[in-house]
This record gives sequence, C-alpha cells and structure tokens, in this order.
Amino acid sequence: MAERKGMEVSIAIAEAASACDVDCIAAYPITPQTHVVEHLSEIVADGDLDAEFIPVESEHAAMSCCCGCASAGARTFTATASQGLALMHEILFIAANLRLPMVMVVANRSLSGPISIWNDHSDVMTERDVGWVQVFAENGQEAVDMVIMGHRISEDKRILLPLMVNFDGFILSHMVEPIEMPTREEVKKFLPDFEPQQRLDIDDPITMGPVGMPVVYTEAKMAAEWAVRNSYEPMVEIMGEFEKEFGRKYKPVETYRTDDAEILLIMMGGIAETAMTWVDKVRDEGVKVGLVRFRMWRPLPVDDFKKAIAGAKVLGVLDRHFSPGGPGGPMAQEIKYMLYGQDHAPKIVETVVGLGGRDVNFSDFDQIFDRCKEVLGGAPIPPFELIQVRGGHYGKA
Amino acid sequence: MLELRFHGRGGQGAVTSAELIALAAIAQGKFAQAFPSFGPERRGAPVMAFARIDDKQIRNRTAVSNPDAVVVLDPHILHIANSSDGLSKDGLQVVNTMRSADEIREEYNLKGRLITVDANHIAEQEIGRVITNTTMLGALIRATGVIERELLVDELKVRFGRLAEGNINAFNRAYEECCVEKG
Repeated sequence: MAERKGMEVSIAIAEAASACDVDCIAAYPITPQTHVVEHLSEIVADGDLDAEFIPVESEHAAMSCCCGCASAGARTFTATASQGLALMHEILFIAANLRLPMVMVVANRSLSGPISIWNDHSDVMTERDVGWVQVFAENGQEAVDMVIMGHRISEDKRILLPLMVNFDGFILSHMVEPIEMPTREEVKKFLPDFEPQQRLDIDDPITMGPVGMPVVYTEAKMAAEWAVRNSYEPMVEIMGEFEKEFGRKYKPVETYRTDDAEILLIMMGGIAETAMTWVDKVRDEGVKVGLVRFRMWRPLPVDDFKKAIAGAKVLGVLDRHFSPGGPGGPMAQEIKYMLYGQDHAPKIVETVVGLGGRDVNFSDFDQIFDRCKEVLGGAPIPPFELIQVRGGHYGKA
Repeated sequence: MLELRFHGRGGQGAVTSAELIALAAIAQGKFAQAFPSFGPERRGAPVMAFARIDDKQIRNRTAVSNPDAVVVLDPHILHIANSSDGLSKDGLQVVNTMRSADEIREEYNLKGRLITVDANHIAEQEIGRVITNTTMLGALIRATGVIERELLVDELKVRFGRLAEGNINAFNRAYEECCVEKG
C-alpha cells in the first residue's frame, strides 16, 4: 500500500493523469479547476510526462482538440467546470457518439447568473444527456482512483466512451488531504496501452463523423443507448480489478449504515462525507437513519439503487441543482423513474441544498431528516423544497 | 479532533499556514485537511483559512465554525474580524501583537486563552519582510503541541527551499518567545 501523503486534491488529480501516461491534454483554465491543468502543464514542461499539452483559446476548442487527439489514437485528458463545461456542450455529444475514449474531470461549480464560482451540480446536471459515462467522487482519493479507472473503462473495447469524473469544486478541489498516490509502474500494470479500434491515419484513411441521414440517425442513437447502458457490467468488472490491484473497493452505489433504517438520505459527491459524520452522530442517539450515495450516474445503476434502498420507508433526496418551473431536482426525478409503479415504494422527500457554495452542515441534514420523519408519521409529502433559503422556502415565502 | 481557523489578509499566507500544519500532521501519521475560505483572492482583504487534525479519517467538508484554536496573523484585523466567533470553551487564540494579552482582550473583547507574540518584529528581523504566517506557526505549535516541531520544520524546508532558513528561524523564535497564558 502506498504511503498517505498530504496533497491538494487538484494537484493529486493532475499527478494521477500523469501516472496514466496520457498523450494529449487540451484544456482551458477555469476556477475551480485551474490547479489541475496548471500542474499538468508544469509536469509536461518539466519533461516528467511525454505528452502534448495544447493550451487552447476556449473550452469549445479544448473539447474539439480532445476529439481530434482521441481520433488519432492518443490517450486524452482534460478538465473543466461550470461555464467551461457549458461551452463544451455541443462537442460533448460528438465525443460520445464518435465513441472517443477520453477522461475529463469536472470540478463541479454553479452556472451564472448571478455569477458564482462556487460549488453545486448545475454544470454537470445540465449535461446528463450527452452520452458520456459519468461518475461522482466523494473525496480526493476517490477522484484520483476514478481518473485511473476512468482511462481503463473509457478505453475498454466493450465500452469505448468518454468518461466524466465529477468532483466538487473547492470542497474537494482546494482541499489538502491525505492521498495514496499510485506510482506510474503500478498504474501501468493496471492500465494497458490504449489500443484504438479505429483511428485517423493518413496512410489508411477512414471517415469519422459524417452526416447521419434520417435513415440512420435513429439507429445511431439506439447504438449510443446500448453503448452507455452496456458499459455497466465491464465497469463493475474493472472496479473489481482495481480493488485487487490497489485494495480500494468501489461500487456503483455506496451505502452507509443503512441496516434497519426506515429513513435514508440520498445524495452524491463530497457532502456525503459530512453526512456520514452526521449519521454517526444521530445513530449514537439511537435514531435509525442511513445514507445512500450514487457513485455511478451514467449508466444509471437502477438495480444497485433499488437494492440499496430496499426496506426503507422514506427517502430524503438532496439534489444540488433543479429545473425552474419544472419537476424539481434531477436526482429525485430519476429516483421516481426508478421506483414508479413498484409495490411498497418508499415516499420521497425532495430537497435542494448547497447551491452556489452554500455550506451544507449538520443543521441542514437535521431539517431534511425532520421533514422525512413527518412524512413517515403520515404527514402529506411536501413539494420539492429549496433548503437554506433565508426568510422562508420556495412556495411559502 | 482539533479544528483551527486562521484570520489574515490576502497575501499574508494564512492558507499556507493551514496547509503546512496539515501536511506536517499527515507526515506524522495523522489525518488532516486544510482549505481556504473559498472566494476571489484579493491582496489585503480579510481572509480565513481552516484546518482539521485527527487520529482517524476526517469526514467533514464544512467550514470550521467552532474552532479549538484561532490564529490571528495581522494585529489590525481584530478591528474588522470577530476572531472569537464560535471559539470552543477552553479555546485558544494565538495573536500577532506587541501588546499584552490583557490589553487586547479588553479592547477587542477576546474570548479564550491568549497566546501573544510580536510576529511582525520577528518576521522583519528573520525574513526581512512582514509576512507572519510561518512565525505564527511557531506560537501555535507551542500552544497546542499538536505537531512535532521538527516535522513542521521539515515542511518549511520543502515549501520554502532557499528561503527556508529565515522562515525556520522565525518559526523557532516565535516558539521560544511567545507568551502563553496559563490555562
């Protein structure tokens, strides 16, 4: 086992990409992702990584360059956040539908307006439909491990899809914490050389990305659906191999102290760590409550989730984004999709917390848990609610 | 768990202080985290940084609101920042000041046990600039005993390279010269 070393998580992620011996990095700096690409450019400039670092003029260009690199058969890495991810939007679909392996870390940050550089999940949640594999890290170690696993998953010939590693801006990206950093040799054993199934080669030309006439477009979309859905099993297999090699176990859906719990809180990302400490506190007081966290978000791990919540009566869902005038937060919508029509389905209390960097602390978990207890006791289920709004929440102000 | 909060101004190295103590704690085999009060960085504006140190894995990503110890890097920041806010009972405040503990406690209504050190003076003599972050760490380590002194010196060597000597001297002088109120 590697030694635990204190590192800023962004620096650790850059080191992890370097340990993966990536060939191409095309990136544009944006808060709170900046330290990732800054450090990678240093590693390349110092000659410690034999890679092409392409400093581009925008994120639109960054993702376009990444598509070019991956098309040529290069192991490709990039990082972005917020407005940067939004600017990549149209190219994200193309990367996925050209089946181009690459890893992108997203230091999750809110979208403007008002301008905010702080953490929530509005950037990634508006990119749910782009056809990428998407995972969420809870801490720095997981972000590092997901970058390493990410390249292996993305390049697996049964998958061949771009993969997004989400890690919370600031509360993860700017945190100095202990990390076990795998060495380049260890990573090389786990991550074989990228062998593209097809690549752009002037000596053996092919066409990539031609027009999809109405006669083939639907079939192409069906293929995209299969690609993402069928990535589930090889992903789980690769997580198992990672555990064998590095000793850290990763599952599509994580549970914490869910035994006998009638009420479960559901979330993703870094706030789950604070929530675990909160669960420990209230469990010590004799309250039966647990936590379920999505690590894998695309493909949506339906069976794992249903297994994780089996037996629970009320689910308190903590979204970090919502659709104004719509059905509330994305995670809650998708949980309803998974449970609709099921006998004895748990009741769902939908909440939105931690928008634009608002700290999520024990009193917020207490408040959501109280709401869940009321519903467990027979109170009507409230509509989705923005927690932490000063002066009264949405609908009651 | 020991929770720390640093008050300083942008450019004074509050974030570096928090990072150095966390790195030294991790090198000592403990678990630790350090992070800034997130926001645009403006030289001279009041800033905070936070650290947590524990013997087991730390699962908490909220800002430190009930610190066990507070470090005040700039004597004048007490006019505008409430360094006593949320300080735990039995808490400590390590303050950069040339005045006595009693004087500043009365003027700023400070809570907790006070540790005072004239860090401006020490930093100017040893480093040649009034950047007090490494100096203040000497007083903090003396007051809390949470980290082995030598491990912090090691971190100073790594972080400051050829500038390390002055910082180490300032750190050691603050360790020796600070006034620790009896508990």
